[in-house]
Formats: sequence, C-alpha cells, structure tokens
Amino acid sequence: MYELFKNLGGWLTSGAQWSGPDGIAHRLAEHLQYSLLATLVAAVIGLPVGLLIGHTGRGAFLAINLASFGRALPTVGLVVLVFLASGLSMWPVYVALVALAVPSIVTNTYAGMTAVDPDVKDVARGQGMRGHQVLFQVELPLALPLIMTGLRLALIQVVATATIAAYVSFGGLGRYVFDGLAQRDLVQVLGGAVLVAAVAIALDLALSGVQRLLFRHRPAQHA
Amino acid sequence: MTIDWSWISGHTDELTTLAISHLQAALTAVLLGLLISLPLAVVAHRVRPLRGFLLGLSNVLFTIPSIAIFVLLLPISGLTRTTTVIGLTVYTLVVLLRNTVEGLDSVPAKTKEAAKAMGTRPLRTLLTVEFPLALPVIMAGVRIATVMSISLVSVATYIGDGGLGQLFTDGFQRDFPTPVIAGVVLTILLAVVADAALVGVQYLLTPWKRRRA
Repeated sequence: MYELFKNLGGWLTSGAQWSGPDGIAHRLAEHLQYSLLATLVAAVIGLPVGLLIGHTGRGAFLAINLASFGRALPTVGLVVLVFLASGLSMWPVYVALVALAVPSIVTNTYAGMTAVDPDVKDVARGQGMRGHQVLFQVELPLALPLIMTGLRLALIQVVATATIAAYVSFGGLGRYVFDGLAQRDLVQVLGGAVLVAAVAIALDLALSGVQRLLFRHRPAQHA
Repeated sequence: MTIDWSWISGHTDELTTLAISHLQAALTAVLLGLLISLPLAVVAHRVRPLRGFLLGLSNVLFTIPSIAIFVLLLPISGLTRTTTVIGLTVYTLVVLLRNTVEGLDSVPAKTKEAAKAMGTRPLRTLLTVEFPLALPVIMAGVRIATVMSISLVSVATYIGDGGLGQLFTDGFQRDFPTPVIAGVVLTILLAVVADAALVGVQYLLTPWKRRRA
C-alpha cells in the first residue's frame, strides 16, 4: 500500500507526466471542457423547465418522474448506444453527460421554487407584480440557493462520469483510468481517479464560492 | 438503428439471468449501505463536531469515478461480485447518510422530550420514536440510492461483472445495438419496479400516515 502511494506521488509530480498530448495538463483541459460544456447545456435545458414547473405548479408529477427516469438511465449503455448510432463523434459523451445532469438540475430547481413561501408570492401579486415579475424578482432569487445546490450536484456527477469519454476512445482524465485498467497499471488508475476527484472537489468549492459571493448582501438565513 | 427482435426472443433466458444478477448486486449494496449509514447517521446526528466530517467524507467518496473505485478494489477483492457490491455500497452512502441525518433532524424536539418524560430509555426512543418518524425522509434516500445503484451496476461490466451491463460491452464489441437497447430498457424497468416496490414498503411501514391521506 505504501509503495503504491509512493509511486502515485512520483506519477503525479513528474514533469514529463504533465506535458505533451498525453500529459495531465492536456487531459485535464479536455476533462474540464467535457464537464463544463455538458453541465452548461444541461442547465440551459433544466433551469427553464424547473422554473416553469415551479412557477405554474403544472407538470410536477411529470417532472419528478422524468427525473427519476433519468437517474435510472445507465450511462454506460447510453454512451454505447449513441456511439453505435452516431459513429466516432463527441455526441455519445455529451448526450450521456447532459442526460445525467438534467434530472438533478430540474428536481432541485423545482424544489427551490416550491419552497418559496406562498405568502410572499401573494404579497408580490397584491402589489400588482405580473407573473414574470413574480418569477424573476421574487421566486428566482429566493429559490437560488437550492438551484445552486442542484447545479453543484450535477457538476460533481458530470465530472466523475466524464471519465467514460475514454471508453469510446476520447480523452479526458478517464484516459488514465481505462489505459491503466488495460495495462494493469494500478498507479495510473489511481492517479486518474485522484485527479478526477480533485477536479470535482475544486469545481464544487469554486461554485460554492460563487454562491457565497451572490448572497453576500443577503441577511443570514436560518438553514 | 433497428432492433433485431429474433435475438431478443432467442436470449430471454440469458436476459432474465442477467436482470436477476443485476438486481441482486444493487439491492445487496443498498442493504449494506443502510447497515453502515444508520449507525453513522445516529453518530452524526448526536455528535455535532463529527457531522460535518462524516457528511464531507461521504461527499468526497461520491466524487471518485465509479469505474476507478471498481478498479482500485481489484487488488483486494479481485474480479468478483464482492468488488461490485463494495463499489456500489460506497456510492449509496452519500445519499443514505445525508437523508438519515436529515430525517433524524426532522423529529420534533418536543416529541423526544415527551418520550424522555415518559421514562423511555434513549435506545428505545431512538428505535421506537425517532427512526419511525424519520422514516419518510430515510425512505426517500433509500429510493434514490436504489435507483442510482441499479443504474450504476452496469459500470462493473469493465471488471467482468455488471449484470445487464454485460450487454453493453457485448453490443459495443460486436457493433450490434440490440443487446444495448435491451440492456438500457431492462435497467430502467428494474429501477421503476424497484422504486414502486419501495413506495409500497413505505406505505406498509407508516400506517399512521394513511388516515390523514
């Protein structure tokens, strides 16, 4: 075990390992590109859906069931299926990652919207605010913490799962995991896993920083 | 992409065996996850300083890619079902632990005080008052963990297990979509059935909720 960690330390810190097209720096950039783009697309799809359902109160049953349906989708199967249908392109990776991220975003956005005090909405309407004003000026700001939780959860899942891109011959940090698996090189697998986890944690911390920055003017809420 | 129905009708036995093995792996993992999370959640609930540590630890475990967990377990448990189950169990912890802690938090303090005033001992209060009242939140976690595990089992196909996931590698290697489609559909079906069954279990376990509904 000690030997393994010593080798891992060597693997992670050697300069040669970090440079070149197979280097950690390049793989890291690929991994970030897959994860951030997929989460962004998922947010563009999931946020309006969650907001609309939460605002109108219609289609909640559908949304919740779709979300649990999405959670049940086996990512490996989805990647292989889209791969067989579309050939060697980036589609399999993005379709699978977006499908993975949308449910978390929709359910948390919806949960955030339903948690808004109905009295507050009534007051907003009583003051003559229109539907879209209530949505964007009252509900959205109040639901934002839970919406951010959903985005963070989705991002963590996507970063961990983007590993799968390497299975259909793409890059990202998953390269080390799958190549290491093929070569029975445990140090490489462990190195890849540690890097993926580090990226996920770093991005989560970054988003929680953004969240804190967004709410710095807001009086402390009871949690 | 067309479905070769004759392949499906010719492989019903194999599909059934894979589905059963798939479900077994997922359910074992959830049960083990519960056995680990319930006591840990009680600790996290009662000992405030440990709470952040335990929840944070389960969050960190969640960020490790599932395929990496399976591969890293290989030197310890090899290409076996044990590896699959341990890997899946690790993933269930994050949901089960958090929901159980939240469930215990949601029990009103007055109820616990009432139990204490009636002379109920702490362990008995935990088992007969706190856990039953926390059950809806715990069961919500169990449902998410079960559906998640069922979808994750297929990742273990890379280490030679994976239940229905074997259909994905099979279809991928032969460039033949039918097994992949069958695997995806059956996985979702298992998840939906298991989820519905858990709703039934919750209904049976919380008789006091029925009168109000």
